[in-house]
Amino acid sequence: MLFKHENFEKNSIFLVVGILIVIAIGGIIEISPLFYLQNTIEKVKGMRPYTPLELAGRNIFIREGCYLCHSQMIRSTRDEVERYGHYSLAAESMYDHPFQWGSERTGPDLARVGKKYSDSWHQEHMHDPRAVVPESVMPGYPFLAKNDLDYRMIGADLLANQRVGVPYTDEEIKYAAADLKAQLDEDSDGYDAFIKRYPGAQVRDFDGNPKKISELDAVIAYLQMLGTLVDFSIYNDAENDR
Amino acid sequence: MTKLSSPPAVSGLAKGLTSLCLGVGVLLALFIVARTTSSAMAFHGYIMIIAFTLGIVAIINLGFGKGGHITAEASPAGVYYNDAVIKAGVIASAFWGIAAFLAGIFIAWQLAFPVLDFDLPWTNFGRLRPLHTSAAIFAFGGNVLIATSFYVVQRTCKARLAGEIAPWFVFWGYQLFIVLAATGYLLGITQSKEYAEPEWYVDIWLTIVWVVYLLVFLGTLMRRKEPHIYVANWFYLAFIITIAMLHLINNLAVPVSFAEPKSYSLFPGVQDALVQWWYGHNAVGFFLTAGFLGIMYYFIPKRAERPVYSYRLSIVHFWSLIFIYIWAGPHHLLYTALPEWTQTLGMTFSIILWMPSWGGMINGLMTLSGAWDKLRTDPVLKMMMVSVAFYGMSTFEGPMMAIKAVNGLSHYTNWTIGHVHSGTLGWVSYVSFGALYCLVPWLWKRKELYSIKLVNIHFWISTVGIVLYITSMWVAGIMQGLMWRAYDSLGFLKYSFVETVEAMHPYYIIRATGGVLFLLGALIMVYNLWKTARGAGAAVPITQAVPAE
Repeated sequence: MLFKHENFEKNSIFLVVGILIVIAIGGIIEISPLFYLQNTIEKVKGMRPYTPLELAGRNIFIREGCYLCHSQMIRSTRDEVERYGHYSLAAESMYDHPFQWGSERTGPDLARVGKKYSDSWHQEHMHDPRAVVPESVMPGYPFLAKNDLDYRMIGADLLANQRVGVPYTDEEIKYAAADLKAQLDEDSDGYDAFIKRYPGAQVRDFDGNPKKISELDAVIAYLQMLGTLVDFSIYNDAENDR
Repeated sequence: MTKLSSPPAVSGLAKGLTSLCLGVGVLLALFIVARTTSSAMAFHGYIMIIAFTLGIVAIINLGFGKGGHITAEASPAGVYYNDAVIKAGVIASAFWGIAAFLAGIFIAWQLAFPVLDFDLPWTNFGRLRPLHTSAAIFAFGGNVLIATSFYVVQRTCKARLAGEIAPWFVFWGYQLFIVLAATGYLLGITQSKEYAEPEWYVDIWLTIVWVVYLLVFLGTLMRRKEPHIYVANWFYLAFIITIAMLHLINNLAVPVSFAEPKSYSLFPGVQDALVQWWYGHNAVGFFLTAGFLGIMYYFIPKRAERPVYSYRLSIVHFWSLIFIYIWAGPHHLLYTALPEWTQTLGMTFSIILWMPSWGGMINGLMTLSGAWDKLRTDPVLKMMMVSVAFYGMSTFEGPMMAIKAVNGLSHYTNWTIGHVHSGTLGWVSYVSFGALYCLVPWLWKRKELYSIKLVNIHFWISTVGIVLYITSMWVAGIMQGLMWRAYDSLGFLKYSFVETVEAMHPYYIIRATGGVLFLLGALIMVYNLWKTARGAGAAVPITQAVPAE
């Protein structure tokens, strides 16, 4: 008499097994198809893994908990598309470990903030948000410009990303630190090799202080590339309708 | 099992093995300290070395009374219940509760007055917000759950907790997890998955503690002298097992190195998002719901001295709740880049979830059949009944907000914050406060609480606080959502984003004020519990042992 409820009440192992089966079903049916259904990720042109500098900036973005107030996910509604730009695609976060879609908009969405403001606006805004946006409630991050960027582990960072499936080449991992520095200076020796590895990446001194590789360099490099990779002039909405 | 004449002795083997494992832990922590490039990780290494060493010292010297026993008095049933670890859990719950509320109030004022961020790394909103959520959910809620589950499982099984060292390992191991997680956030160690922020090494530590917790709970169930496993224990067991599954899968990640805090999630973008919210919503469903329903199913019948309303409803409630909850995660990702079919499935199950939730609410409320008059005289019972009412309210609001059209308005706004707090303040905290008000006189063997009047004052101050909190966030959230989508007569967006930020200001102040009132109530509770444990006022010691069985 397996289906008498008494069996679950009188045998703790029965109860454990029953619970395990019941709680596993939902996850198996709902989550696992996302890993094999081809149409989960749209077909797009332009996506590439983060440059080492952008990745370092992303890690600072995570460290400071920016995602708690800023989403990076434009929903497919009229007002959002008009306010922020084309709705976000799954393909745009295909190299994101972890994702940064967020859950709150205490501040605006950042999915397409790249190239919308100048570097100097970002520098000032990070130093004192209310100097450029008087009504803002964002904390100031003056320490980012003062802190040297710690990139001793950047090669290991890329390697860990490679291990979880981001298509970094062994060469990119090997030259991660050199590439990080090259992105800050167009005239540096490493520039040609860097831009070959990351075509189209923005190269300049981001924090306005060429003498220093600061955390602010990395953060602004990250913010300035957000949402700029996919070429929407050739993106086919209908083809990717799911 | 034969009646014992004294509590069981701690086995030498257990002492040796535990010391050995802690010793290995010290060595691993030493290795981390020696190799890491991160000063924050080195700091965590030192904390681990100190904690593990203290553990070894405790095993050798302390806590085992004379003759290798953990002291305990026999209950009238002849069982030497392990109550000391529950007393520790009650104290920890009160402590972390106050800490969590304080952190919440501080960040609430930061949103109203950003000058309070002080422009420093370790005081900015982004680092303090996970401190508040983790302190509230895991430190306060977790300690309440561990303490009450240890109490309930012993009493309903008429058996002493399994293991002598193991329950204490669970208690102290869990506190270590809290300290590592909290200090980590302040130092910038986070993997940015909401309610699962601690990095890989803290996750591994919690896994070890949690498995021991499961073994202690299950071991106690197996020792039971009652033929049936009581319904509260089903909920506790489902909570422990499901949290283990969610924690293990959502935290799968590849660390940068053995000695570095940073790791990268195993899952990319859209898959990571769904795994996270499958975790995130079931942290609500199993940590903040199933576990606390265990409290409801034991403490409300006990306090009201009435049986649970419907036994059959308990069975239906239990299985349907745990089956349906697991599917609800995608409602956090409506209108996003998550495939449409997953969104629809998540929304559908979220709406269905309303039914088992209200089944549980009805079972809790109707337990008072024939004893409604007690609400007039017993504010502790009143608090627990109001918590069930809040449970009903937020489990109606939740399915409603999971409807795509409603979610289109509510998502990303303060409405979500209000919804969460009607659940956490109204349901989770109130049922926890009720359990603490019950437990302190029972554990410290007092006739009643120091002051029933103070419980009533606590109840009303906190309730006003909750009402201020949730109503201000409703208004703020709906206003925010409407402003974002408002168009002028020419068809342009009417408001810039920052105008919506500015509009939040008065509501942020009302919300923070509500939070202050809630904290004030909790402080009154702590004072009352402290006086009760000390035996002041009406809390006269019971000379004849008549604990609640």
